[in-house]
Amino acid sequence: MNGRELIYEAVSRSLVDCELTIEDIDAIVIGNMDHFESINSADTWSVEGSGGVMKPIMKINTGGTTGTSVAIAAYYHVASGIFDRVLAIGWEKNSESDTTGAIITCSDPIWDRFSYSGAIPSLATEAIGYLKRSGATQEDAARVAVRDRTHALNNPYAHLRKPITVQDVMESPMLAYPIKLLDVCPRSDGACAVVFASEEAARRITAKPAWVTACSVRHSLSWFGDFDFDAGLLSLARASREAYEKAGIKSPPDEIDVAELYLPYSYAGLKWIEDLGFCPQNKAPEFVWSGATDMGGRIPINPSGGVISTNCIGATALLRVAEAAIQVMGRGGERQVPDVVNSLATGFGGCFWSDVFLMSSCMP
Amino acid sequence: MKPSDKQAELLAITFERAMPYEWSVGKYGSRFFQEIREHHRFVGIRCPRCHKVYAPPRRLCGPCFAEMTELVTLSDTGVLKAFTVVNYPFLDPNSGKNRPIPYTYGYIQLDGADSIFSHIVNEIDTSKMRVGMKVKAVFRNNADMKGNVEDIKYFDLVDP
Amino acid sequence: MEKIAIVGLAQTKFERRKPDKTYYDLVYEVTRDALEDSGLTLADIDNVITVSNDFLDGRTISSMAVGEAAGGHDKNISTVEGDGTFGAFYGAIRVLGGFRSTLVVAHSKGSEGNVSYISNALFDPIYQRPLGIESLASAALQANSYMEKFGLSEIDFAKFSVKNHGNAWNNPYAQIPLTITVQDVLSSPKLADPIKLLDCSPISDGAAAIIIADEKTAMKSAKKPVWIRGIGHCCEEYFLGDRDLADPRALRSAAKKAFEMAGISNPSREIRVAEVYDAFSYMEPLWLEGLGFCKPGGGPELLDCGVISRGGTLPVNPSGGVLSAHAVLVAGLVRLIEAALQLRGEAQGRQVEDVHRALAHGINGPCGQSHCVWVLESD
Repeated sequence: MNGRELIYEAVSRSLVDCELTIEDIDAIVIGNMDHFESINSADTWSVEGSGGVMKPIMKINTGGTTGTSVAIAAYYHVASGIFDRVLAIGWEKNSESDTTGAIITCSDPIWDRFSYSGAIPSLATEAIGYLKRSGATQEDAARVAVRDRTHALNNPYAHLRKPITVQDVMESPMLAYPIKLLDVCPRSDGACAVVFASEEAARRITAKPAWVTACSVRHSLSWFGDFDFDAGLLSLARASREAYEKAGIKSPPDEIDVAELYLPYSYAGLKWIEDLGFCPQNKAPEFVWSGATDMGGRIPINPSGGVISTNCIGATALLRVAEAAIQVMGRGGERQVPDVVNSLATGFGGCFWSDVFLMSSCMP
Repeated sequence: MKPSDKQAELLAITFERAMPYEWSVGKYGSRFFQEIREHHRFVGIRCPRCHKVYAPPRRLCGPCFAEMTELVTLSDTGVLKAFTVVNYPFLDPNSGKNRPIPYTYGYIQLDGADSIFSHIVNEIDTSKMRVGMKVKAVFRNNADMKGNVEDIKYFDLVDP
Repeated sequence: MEKIAIVGLAQTKFERRKPDKTYYDLVYEVTRDALEDSGLTLADIDNVITVSNDFLDGRTISSMAVGEAAGGHDKNISTVEGDGTFGAFYGAIRVLGGFRSTLVVAHSKGSEGNVSYISNALFDPIYQRPLGIESLASAALQANSYMEKFGLSEIDFAKFSVKNHGNAWNNPYAQIPLTITVQDVLSSPKLADPIKLLDCSPISDGAAAIIIADEKTAMKSAKKPVWIRGIGHCCEEYFLGDRDLADPRALRSAAKKAFEMAGISNPSREIRVAEVYDAFSYMEPLWLEGLGFCKPGGGPELLDCGVISRGGTLPVNPSGGVLSAHAVLVAGLVRLIEAALQLRGEAQGRQVEDVHRALAHGINGPCGQSHCVWVLESD
């Protein structure tokens, strides 16, 4: 199917899911990476598929964080009081692009582009900093990948649905030390559509909406060289701190019942959960090995299988929001975590940027 | 006849085009390349508020949102802050061809600077590399210099 | 709608090429200038919206280049890829949704890429792109369609080029002020029938920024607040053949929403000055019809009767419009800035008298597929 058809599939399913028609939608926000599909102005291009004909539609583009930035934009459309029901769409057809070549063009053409070779090596340099600081091992990271890939078995929508072991990860080809093939996400085609609604409209659609309690982002850096390899992921630490404060969350691992985190590679599942305050600094490996982040654990992470199982970049961060919302609404089927009140979704991308999105079954 | 009929083919269209761009380097970047060409050395810039030295120099200190004007002369040595060996083949959008692999992508903190920047390190054996090692820039021949970041050929490890 | 206002603004001079400035430089300069203009500090700004386009910049995630230059360090920030009026729309709803103020900054350097290739990429890769269609050819289709439907002529459009290039003499930021005649336009090189060189806007480098704030922050600012009374946007079908290019129905819908919000029932009487997105000479009359300032096909008559000239009852594009300076994405934000300057009484040289209500307009997508309309007011 072509891009518009892919978008249409997600949009029509989301409308069926809330028993609405496209006429009920007041505005649309859409996002994807331009150079992947080589389409300029994808918002205006998409309208037959996104339902945007004779509606307000706009495009948000913030790299890998696009999906969560789209969700945040949809939220503000409703929060402004001007729109009652807003459709958020994220999509990508990685198969139609030279993903690495396109990602390389995100680097500064004068300073960085000649040495930059895409997301993997820059994440690898982050991983090396973390391994040195924490004493964690490649096997610790592999355990994260195993968890996410195991969770994907419960998710009929996930791209990769074959279980793996720590040994499989350790034996997979080394792409850029210390990142191996199975430590990292696939390239997927996919689309995600989420309907946001005002209080009154939401109550008419469903008895159990996922209320948005806080959203925060930090996209501070402009050059990869500005990243502090000795510190944590500052953007995530700051954005989450601000979001927790807005939502009144004081102890994340106790008050958050499930997290859908944008972990594009396994090492992130160690370092970044420390930055989110799930466990103390350098303690993530033991936290993960203890099963605390598995289904049934203290704070299950990525019941959907996460980014390591499915990555269609424009959609990926929005999928985190969608999956986290599904958990709050109790509609997760085989991947449902029991008794979810608060859920967390994050987005990652660009120059080590982070987005944080919190939802709850209790209205704020 | 329906689109889902088995006889219908699923087509795909390939699109390849060079998109030419000519980017301005700006005053600060231009000065950095000039120093390399004329003196085989680096230059940084200091923030008047937090006193952090950025190399390569840029106009603003982001966290302070302050314009910087005080240039600082640096030598041609630095420290390796992070590195990885890139092992997978990929198309380089600058040339339209595959970039030669494996190569080492590293972040260097020039001596005297507080910021770091990325470049190539002249070593692909990870057992010989360590975060914290000293590195030294190797420049292109003056006759071949073009006024871009590749006028630095790569960084050599100083104590392997 | 809660009271929100434009409290700070800045634009660069628009030029064919700014070889010494990077995007970062342009964005920083207008951010710094808009802050100074508003009398607020960066601490008063609690979120930033940047507006950029990956194709124009030759850079995926084009926002990465300018985030810190826009004062985005350690702030909430997002990026709209589309005309500045749409970016400002998002900035406005973020203030309505809870932020105190938004800095919106747009940039582009038409000199650094190939405009034909970039606008060709707007078109569908399977059905249209291989035919070589881009902004010029598609505009020619729209111009022809418009002429055909209402029996208009190239002369009708040429008059708008004469007006706007002439108006640009009063605008120190404009790129090409010109004193020309209708004959000059008609004898300029024909690029894509019926569009001639002097019917087209130039390629420009530049940037612009505005600060939108809630009432409390607006009262703290140094300048007279320019209240945002009505905003709306709407998008038509994508394929040119699915649209009636001479009937801007998305614009009508966007205008309707903005006018309703602003409580306007008779736009041509209640709006004192308008800045509309005239990327080509035929666009000004076409958009004026869509905005409801006259009946369909009546655009050229507005000029012939003097209504929209400098001294008329509803001057349009006293700044010289997009025909005189066209940094893509920025030009819509500049329409907002020019309208705001009129309301503040700061539009030296091009100031219209007695302005209390102004309209600004921007477009997105080929042939004005999507439109954004703003109604602004001063006390």
